Amino acid sequence: MIEVTKLIHNYLRHDKKFPHVWCPGCGIGIMLGALIRAIDHRGYQKDEIVLVSGIGCTGRLPVYVDFNTLHTTHGRALTFATGIKLAKPRLKVIVVMGDGDAVAIGGNHFIHAARRNIDLTAIILNNSVYGMTGGQYSPTTPYGMKTATSVYSNVEHSFSISELAVTAGAVFVGRGTVYHAKLLESLMEKAFQKVGFSVVETISHCHTQFGRMNRMGSAVEMMQWQRDHAVTVEKAAQMTEEELKDKFRIGVLVDRNLPPYQDEYDKVRQWSKGVERK
Amino acid sequence: MKKKALKEFLLQGNEAVVEGALRAGCRFFAGYPITPATEISEQLSIRLPQVDGTFIQMEDEIASLGAVIGASLAGVKSMTATSGPGFSLMQENLGFAIIAEIPCVIVNAMRGGPSTGLPTSPAQSDVMQARWGTHGDHPIIVLCPSTVRECFDLTIKAFNYSEKYRIPVILLIDEVVAHMREKITIADDEAIDIVNRVKPTVPPEWYIPFEDTPRGVPPMADFGEGYRYHVTGLTHDVRGFPTSRPDEVDAFIRRLFRKVSQNFADLQIGEHYHVDDAEVAIIAYGCVARSARRAVADCREKGIKAGMLKLNTIWPFMRTDVEKVLRQAKVVIVPEMNMGQISREVKRVNKGSAKVFTINRVDGTIITPQEIMGRIKEVF
Repeated sequence: MIEVTKLIHNYLRHDKKFPHVWCPGCGIGIMLGALIRAIDHRGYQKDEIVLVSGIGCTGRLPVYVDFNTLHTTHGRALTFATGIKLAKPRLKVIVVMGDGDAVAIGGNHFIHAARRNIDLTAIILNNSVYGMTGGQYSPTTPYGMKTATSVYSNVEHSFSISELAVTAGAVFVGRGTVYHAKLLESLMEKAFQKVGFSVVETISHCHTQFGRMNRMGSAVEMMQWQRDHAVTVEKAAQMTEEELKDKFRIGVLVDRNLPPYQDEYDKVRQWSKGVERK
Repeated sequence: MKKKALKEFLLQGNEAVVEGALRAGCRFFAGYPITPATEISEQLSIRLPQVDGTFIQMEDEIASLGAVIGASLAGVKSMTATSGPGFSLMQENLGFAIIAEIPCVIVNAMRGGPSTGLPTSPAQSDVMQARWGTHGDHPIIVLCPSTVRECFDLTIKAFNYSEKYRIPVILLIDEVVAHMREKITIADDEAIDIVNRVKPTVPPEWYIPFEDTPRGVPPMADFGEGYRYHVTGLTHDVRGFPTSRPDEVDAFIRRLFRKVSQNFADLQIGEHYHVDDAEVAIIAYGCVARSARRAVADCREKGIKAGMLKLNTIWPFMRTDVEKVLRQAKVVIVPEMNMGQISREVKRVNKGSAKVFTINRVDGTIITPQEIMGRIKEVF
């Protein structure tokens, strides 16, 4: 444990004023730990990492770590990241977003970054709610749940971030939870190794807002809920539809190969200089 | 001295923007199709890959400016081009570029509004959107060409200012100037003055990314060059870390303003045409300045002492020059293709010595020299 703490401290900004903004028990810290360990295992230099975020609780993550860090506007992180990656392809660009950030206000950017296969990793913390603003319902709030703006009950249907990513063309899509921290770390590592648009959806909890309003208990109890409702992709393959009701799959959901945008655009550069199209 | 090689071109205003951008060193463009700015996208989609630059068509204008800011942060001179409706969408990220001090150029080829308005007809109705479109107190630099040659020159100026002052610069073109063709002569590259952002000279551990300097502009490290720092749209301290401490916030916002205000003289581009002895002066910009020039020439032939102050810098407002005109002339006429956006500024700085009249057109047609002549006869 001491070793892990030491490792994480190697990546924290010690000149930044702590404490951080997150509530005690929040899952974002676990996700940040997994992110740092995955980056460390891959052996990236701090200088080559660009960590981009949008707005919200998850948007506050980059400020604490010692990389090139960019805290953008709400929902637009992927657009800034696209510019960085295309301008300097040697940089490793990682984008962290919350569920509202990534698929509500940023939904269009998410779809198109995936479709273009921009070579970056999008890590999305899905806690089913807008936490920072006080717990309003998001596109991933399940039907029937209570939030600050659906006190009677949420009548909107949620969608799956991972399935959206698969459909939009991401070459790698993994889903983990903050309970399954080791799996989460390995999914991030796999995503980083992938060339093209990769997504790691991180199921987390907001006990302060979502948990309180739906009487789901403490952070620990909400993590136990993750443990009890997550099924690995391998195990899910052996289960019936009925058995999978109320469950969600974790693990590698898609892993495929497609040339990333920068490689395709290199062809455009060649053609523009008179090289024959094959 | 080496003789400069000159080349002649017959170019559209939008095409001259492209030539100016490429010579200024622009190597990244992200945009979304919109009339009357599309020629800029189309030309750059052909030209940028030829010089190992990048053109990308994004999903909307919000994304376009986001990508432009990202590319600039990575060290590449970047721009986008749009028209009123797209410019409205860009306001959010325009504010980000201002607070994070990211150099970039935004072209707005103005058409009639509000909303979808008059997609293919000219207007000058985004003068105030360019000034105050994004929320919060902020300085801005806005340039406005009235000839094809000025489209070229002011695009280069726009990049130079944006790099020098770490601020987004807006090039406001009206549809007339964007689409008309004129012969222009362009000198070889070496004859053109290009400004690049000042980079830190200290080692990374000494780098304070948002430190105040005598010019008010901190040196800018590109991402990925060893200077790891934090960039945020939150108000931040000199290290780039979010702060809400009143003293830090106040110093920061005031420095943003000071970047522009203390370099006011460097930012004033205009033309004085027969202004010195003018009894009736016209203050105009964009395509209207072309009509005003003709009206002044016609007046002079008739023995009327007319003159024109042409504004190429729209913001910061050319107060000193305008005040001089207001002191000199008995009558000042401000013709513009809106309901009175610059005329309001002229009236604001008028100390009562001159009478200020306006000509306003909002029907998607240009203000003609005859119209200006008519107004002069009416009020002078």
